[in-house]
Amino acid sequence: MSTRKWQAAGLALLLGAGWAFPAGNAEGRYGLGHAIAEEDVVSWNIDVRPDGAGLPPGRGTVAQGKEVYLAKCSTCHGENGEGSPMDRLVGGAGTLASDKPVKTVGSYWPYATTLFDYVRRTMPFTDPQGLGADETYAVTAYVLFLNGIVQETTALDARTLPAVAMPNRGGFLPDARPDAP
Amino acid sequence: MVPKASLGRAAGELDASRTRLGRRSWLKRTAFAAGTAVASGSLVARGAAGAPLGVPETVRKLGNPILSPEYGLPSPHESEVVRRPTDLTPTQYSSWSFTPLQDLDGIITPNGLVFERHHGGVPDIAPDAHRLVLHGLVKRPLLFTMDDLVRFPSVSRFHFLECSGNGSAEWKEPRGKTAQLTHGLLSCCEWTGVPLATVLGEAGLAPGAKWLLAEGGDAAAMTRSIPIEKALDDALLVYAQNGERLRPEQGYPLRLLLPGFEGNMNVKWLRRIKVGDRPFYSREETSKYTDLLGDGRAREFSFVMEAKSVITRPSGGAKLRKGFNEIRGLAWSGRGRIARVDVSVDGSKSWQRASLDQPVLAKCLTRFRLPWTWQGGPGLLQSRAIDDTGYVQPSRSQLVAVRGLNSYYHNNSIQSWQVAAGGEVTNVHA
Repeated sequence: MSTRKWQAAGLALLLGAGWAFPAGNAEGRYGLGHAIAEEDVVSWNIDVRPDGAGLPPGRGTVAQGKEVYLAKCSTCHGENGEGSPMDRLVGGAGTLASDKPVKTVGSYWPYATTLFDYVRRTMPFTDPQGLGADETYAVTAYVLFLNGIVQETTALDARTLPAVAMPNRGGFLPDARPDAP
Repeated sequence: MVPKASLGRAAGELDASRTRLGRRSWLKRTAFAAGTAVASGSLVARGAAGAPLGVPETVRKLGNPILSPEYGLPSPHESEVVRRPTDLTPTQYSSWSFTPLQDLDGIITPNGLVFERHHGGVPDIAPDAHRLVLHGLVKRPLLFTMDDLVRFPSVSRFHFLECSGNGSAEWKEPRGKTAQLTHGLLSCCEWTGVPLATVLGEAGLAPGAKWLLAEGGDAAAMTRSIPIEKALDDALLVYAQNGERLRPEQGYPLRLLLPGFEGNMNVKWLRRIKVGDRPFYSREETSKYTDLLGDGRAREFSFVMEAKSVITRPSGGAKLRKGFNEIRGLAWSGRGRIARVDVSVDGSKSWQRASLDQPVLAKCLTRFRLPWTWQGGPGLLQSRAIDDTGYVQPSRSQLVAVRGLNSYYHNNSIQSWQVAAGGEVTNVHA
């Protein structure tokens, strides 16, 4: 499908013009599904974007994060984020163009908000979504501190987290394929 | 019951022989096995050697009744045709298993052999309790039960599904010993569901709607950003594969299917779609599934799985017998239909056009074949897919020249199977 056709299809939907709906009601709908208010989706609506949209109230410091990390994360990620058995979280700066690139939160991840989102939705591995908002801010701060990205005195919240500058923020390009031969 | 003593000698020996040698040996006897030792173990060969054929036990006694069992299973003699795990992950809960491509025919993957890639284990979800939420930049946020979704007008389509990590371990060195381990993060099913465009139409897109976030109901709460163009083009909300409801490990009761896009985006156990005005930059689309280039920068949002092919027979681990062999393989493209497949038996010095089995469908596996007589001596088997956009599957060196050796995902380079003088087939880089 050409870009123009995609745009046309999207436009038709936006206008409620009944695109691709041979049956259904006058508006091209089938009357299936149940209305739900955004406030009833809150417990599922946990995604966080780089601009901070979706970040919950709460706050956590590097010091608090160290306690959370040592209690709930270090078994899999190492005492200082060095990894093994699970992913390495720390280090690797300057290695991405070398023969042995080390991709970590510090060396590779473009957004600090992604770390918060991922920890919030999946961690700890055997107790997913088991951390509260304060704990998640705190452990995010600690992992960023271990990478030398934030100061030891840092506290993160919905305002400060999106402002954290990640070293590899400018390291990504759009898909350029087909690129070979 | 027929007394054991009255059974033919050959039949008794067949059972003993199968028990002793197992299925793999049986396959080899009937396919690529060479040498007198194995061939002499064959019942057919023994009959042909002069001894009269015995009467098989199976024609002298009743077989099993119907419903043995209620849900049918493969023959016990096929017990080695199974998914096999990677040896690269520290846990079985975030890991992957490969489809045994070298043991399969046609283009459809049996449901029990479809490859797996989970990030937080396989959840057990009761369909009556499952809900899909569609919200964000929509006019009417909606909640759907499975019953609601099944009531929509449905479509069934044949599409391949390939993990973008398929072949990732092959970038730097030839590692997998079989086609299963080099290319087995690849499967193909008939998928049934409702077009995502239909369901989006039910909610009505609000102005500014450009990206969707798809989220799974598993312990990884898997999330990927989907461009609205794909959502409105051919995306499906799928509840059935190959005629039956999805298998748990394929997202039961509901998954997203984005034909031709990398496997990870086809979110399983789908429970939420949020419409937004920009991508969400989840962990899987930033720290993973991005393509690190030689200069240290990385490509993001590499969605399409480009044209690729692999010879599945003979392939790694096989042993060729001299004489006639049909070369068989699979080709596919995330951009459309396969237009042509070329096969080389001499390491790209010369190419022959393979025949394509019908049907040849867009974003679907295509089976190719080429008759071949192996005279003995070394060879190098390769296949090259060309899709209907004119794109030609690259060689490994062409891909490495552009992306370097640190890349990991989206390896669609030509596979090389080396044939040794004695007929052994192995995975090599050529």
